[in-house]
Amino acid sequence: MALLEVEGIETYYGNIKALKGVSLTVERGEVVTLIGSNGAGKSTTLRSISGLNPPRKGSIRFDDKDITTTAPQDIVRVGISQSPEGRKCFPRMTVRENLDMGAYLRNDAEISSDMDNVFELFPRLKEREKQKAGTMSGGEQQMLAIGRALMAKPTLLLLDEPSMGIAPILVERIYETIAEINRQGMTILLVEQNANFALEVSSRGYVLQTGTVALTDTSDNLRNDPEVQKAYLGS
Amino acid sequence: MSAINSNLESFRNWKHANLAIAVVLIGALAIFPLFKPPLDGFIDDCVLALAYVVMALGLNIVVGFAGLLDLGFVAFYAFGSYAAGWFASDFFSSINGEKGIHIGAGTFASTLPGIHLNFLLVLVAAVIITSIAGMIIGLPTLRLRGDYIAIVTLAFGEIIGRFAVNGQIGGFKYTNGRQAISPVDALDLPLLKEFDSAFSIRGYYWVALTMVAFSLFVNFRLRDSRLGRAWIAIREDEVAAVSMGIPLVKTKLMAYAAGAAFGGLSGAFLGTYFNSVNANQFQFAFSIFILSMVILGGLGSIWGTVLGAITLSFINSYFIPDVFNGIPGSLGLDFDLTQLSFGIFGFLLVMVMILRPEGLLPEKRRRLELKEGIGADEAIVEVRA
Repeated sequence: MALLEVEGIETYYGNIKALKGVSLTVERGEVVTLIGSNGAGKSTTLRSISGLNPPRKGSIRFDDKDITTTAPQDIVRVGISQSPEGRKCFPRMTVRENLDMGAYLRNDAEISSDMDNVFELFPRLKEREKQKAGTMSGGEQQMLAIGRALMAKPTLLLLDEPSMGIAPILVERIYETIAEINRQGMTILLVEQNANFALEVSSRGYVLQTGTVALTDTSDNLRNDPEVQKAYLGS
Repeated sequence: MSAINSNLESFRNWKHANLAIAVVLIGALAIFPLFKPPLDGFIDDCVLALAYVVMALGLNIVVGFAGLLDLGFVAFYAFGSYAAGWFASDFFSSINGEKGIHIGAGTFASTLPGIHLNFLLVLVAAVIITSIAGMIIGLPTLRLRGDYIAIVTLAFGEIIGRFAVNGQIGGFKYTNGRQAISPVDALDLPLLKEFDSAFSIRGYYWVALTMVAFSLFVNFRLRDSRLGRAWIAIREDEVAAVSMGIPLVKTKLMAYAAGAAFGGLSGAFLGTYFNSVNANQFQFAFSIFILSMVILGGLGSIWGTVLGAITLSFINSYFIPDVFNGIPGSLGLDFDLTQLSFGIFGFLLVMVMILRPEGLLPEKRRRLELKEGIGADEAIVEVRA
């Protein structure tokens, strides 16, 4: 039984059908990538899973529980947290306050050791602990958004375009860290337009096109697929 | 030298600095009426100012902390005042076979028909009624953002105001409209004699001051609580807040309820202090008056709100009518300065917006937004990144 099972979901924005029956699975301990161009439905898929835009049809099962229409705050509670598209750090809160917000639903004794763990993963955040998030660069804010999502102590981490609008050198650093987070045992579902890095850290991938899954395979095969290369890898 | 600096630093960061300021301030304010005559007009102005501070602190929770622009705060003033009118007067005179219901009421009030509860019970009733009203008013705004919330709350404020004026469903009167519910019982506290405002208003002043101290305490505790952080997170970024597991509906409704409860406390006090509850009091302009206090002082800043409320209240009830009222006359003009009060408020707000847009005593986060553009517009950050 896979950790996450998405079965034929159809999600709308008003009357516009953004997802026309997307199905995918994520196994425990895996990194899975969704790639696709603008408007293919990548972010919508994540928003459906995290409850921000629940699907009208289809089902989402997580850890063998149905979460299709579960409220977003309860989805965080069952163990899915996300770093949203465009990072969405709280700009006028400090780095530490942002991380604290990530642990909003938690009440256990390990919050501070988990924060140390985040600082270990992203030493840059430790340096900027007391700085307001809005004053940091895009890459640093991305690190903060990932760190904040980790603070919820999720079983499944959703990352929405972690490379968007970030200096190339930082993209590399962030992807190294994503690989490291996965090595520590985290299951990750990753959405990317910048498919190169994403396919490198993931084991499997799905290619979305206009709201449906056009292709799915191992990441290695996808990287060698001439169609994918032409459309998403820029080679 | 560096030791002194670090001492200074630690003093600034001192956790209880707010408490220290509050204790000194309230201590000084507590003994000041003893140096004035017991029915002094200035103390009267102070009582009003203190009541408005409580009200503004409530609105600051909704608008300042949670970022929900509420233009109908007068509704909670009305509900609070009517709590005093209903539960501490002879308004329901036929109840209990015209014998009345009395719980902890003062000696004189105990002889009258109608419902007469002790002032503390009236406050409890006011808080319950207004927090429920706050949530009901909050419900339809949950799916809205920004300006649209303002419009819906404005409409609710007006609806409540209209209801107060018309005051009748079928044959049953529930407000007495512009004839007012009067007299409302004098303020009575357990173990103390009734406060007779015909002889001294010092008692009312001290009660109002106690309410301010209580409101300050609750506001600071709320702001630094989990709930307070959730409010600020929602104000900062709703989507991110939800992604952190903050329940949007519950958190917003709590903001409306908490804000409304302070409006109700103050309303019940004012109903008791004025000795009557008149539908004429509950006008849209009052919502704007309280909102101006919060904006003038600094949205989201507790001390700022206190300062804004005191400033505007004194301008309204002391400087305009008592100190400067003769100015147009002495210039040979035929009008009262009081007729210009809202023009004067408007002018002051415009001046504040130009000279100090973050308010008199701004909250740290808000200052960042206005002075350095942080968080003011996400797009700016994106481009820079």
